[in-house]
Amino acid sequence: MDTPHFPIYMDYSATNPCDPRVVDAMIPWLREHFGNPASRSHAWGWEAEAAVEKAREQIADLIGADPREIVWTSGATESNNLALKGAAHFYKTKGKHIITVKTEHKAVLDTCRELERQGFEVTYMDVQADGLLDLEALKAAIRPDTILVSVMFVNNEIGVIQDIPAIGALCREKGIIFHVDAAQATGRVDIDLATLPVDLMSLTSHKTYGPKGIGALYVRRKPRVRLEAQMHGGGHERGMRSGTLPTHQCVGMGEAYRIAKAEMHEENKRIRALHERMLNGLKDVEEVFLNGHAEKRVPHNLNMSFNFVEGESLIMGIKGLAVSSGSACTSASLEPSYVLRALGRSDELAHSSLRMTIGRWSTEEEIDYAVATIKENVAKLRELSPLWEMFKDGVDLSTIQWAAH
Amino acid sequence: MVLICPPSNGLLTEHVKQLKEVNKMAYSEKVVDHYENPRNVGSFEKGDETVGTGMVGAPACGDVMKLQIKVNPVTGVIEDARFKTYGCGSAIASSSLVTEWVKGKTLDEAASIKNSAIAEELALPPVKIHCSILAEDAIKAAVNDYKQKHTLISA
Repeated sequence: MDTPHFPIYMDYSATNPCDPRVVDAMIPWLREHFGNPASRSHAWGWEAEAAVEKAREQIADLIGADPREIVWTSGATESNNLALKGAAHFYKTKGKHIITVKTEHKAVLDTCRELERQGFEVTYMDVQADGLLDLEALKAAIRPDTILVSVMFVNNEIGVIQDIPAIGALCREKGIIFHVDAAQATGRVDIDLATLPVDLMSLTSHKTYGPKGIGALYVRRKPRVRLEAQMHGGGHERGMRSGTLPTHQCVGMGEAYRIAKAEMHEENKRIRALHERMLNGLKDVEEVFLNGHAEKRVPHNLNMSFNFVEGESLIMGIKGLAVSSGSACTSASLEPSYVLRALGRSDELAHSSLRMTIGRWSTEEEIDYAVATIKENVAKLRELSPLWEMFKDGVDLSTIQWAAH
Repeated sequence: MVLICPPSNGLLTEHVKQLKEVNKMAYSEKVVDHYENPRNVGSFEKGDETVGTGMVGAPACGDVMKLQIKVNPVTGVIEDARFKTYGCGSAIASSSLVTEWVKGKTLDEAASIKNSAIAEELALPPVKIHCSILAEDAIKAAVNDYKQKHTLISA
């Protein structure tokens, strides 16, 4: 087969390339239109403010919100910090209990740890084997002093889509603030906050083909949700987030979200077909496991464990393919993926996982090359694997006393 | 639908060259060589009395090495070696390398191979030093296994 002669990017959940249309929209705001959107005394400021406000409308438009509900931030990490700390601090007299999920992004989990240090109590919910939150378990975890629930829309590692409408309805019924990290969801799933019972939603630009370094927090106006600011200064963004707005970044995110709204349904159909193609190409490999629910997931994500093959060695073999792994060897902490472990996957299956995420520029040729090179390297590495040999000899690996090192 | 790959201008080839350079930085040439052309992969016949087997590591830690040595019972010299490794590229390279190093050595010489020598030869970064430690442990385990078998036989 023809080998594509350039590296293939299949790590769209890490970041997306910027759409060229986004780049084009941004450039003028770095050149002649350099004004500070907060300058009220001259045309440079006025035009920059108009551009930022147009972008704010584009953000609101994608998620069915009012532009006045959008607060600019530097990205989803900052949005998560502002949402969780801001709401917890504002409503602390109502209660001290927060609920989140073990498979959340570190920006949520680590923020919750910090809130615990400040005296809040946090419940970290388990997920089911398919990665989804059990609603009954959530119901049981809610206490009279629960003030905040935070659940991500689409998981960054395994791509599963949580039942946000149902969780939101439950929170609304109990009068609890509901925060959703939607960093991986925009442009991938339909979001309509006019009907979706969500109070706070974290958004980012660079997972939806916009530039890095810009994001937003949706803060509901009806019923009104209050936040305590975490960044103090000139009182920008209705006092919720001070700091001069980066006009070019705001314009870039706005254009990226405009494109997402216009093209997402067509685009997602194409990506679903590519997903099927890749899944069909790999699912018949012996001892391969799909991580996360098979249907309740975005088609962009395919996370699989190739048993008895270590993830980093597989990535080293599939040269030219940029993917990521839940293997400890690819992380700084030397711990395998906490998300896969939360699904109840064994450590060895977490070490053997590959996350392949596709997007706007993925092609059938790339999928075919990926499938072929992954299969070839899995077979090669299994020939090298003592675990594969033992499995083939009928040894039950779970009965062996391994010396941990 | 026309697909426009973002870095679609003349800079593409230059960019690919840069990516390849970055790749080279991630693994030393020797690690890549052992990974791509692993030496002495496999297992000896089960039940061969002249073979010592060492299996170290754990799947949960992401590394398991199996090292086998075939010893001349008369001279006590290691005449052949085989390995199989589940682990990252550096773990595979470390075990492949030691199968070359132990050949022609006596059991005691082989058991005295230090992980620092393996790490130096393969230019392993600090985060991969544990791979060389595992390889050293695998040699020691294989030597011990052979010695144990033969003490029992001669006894």
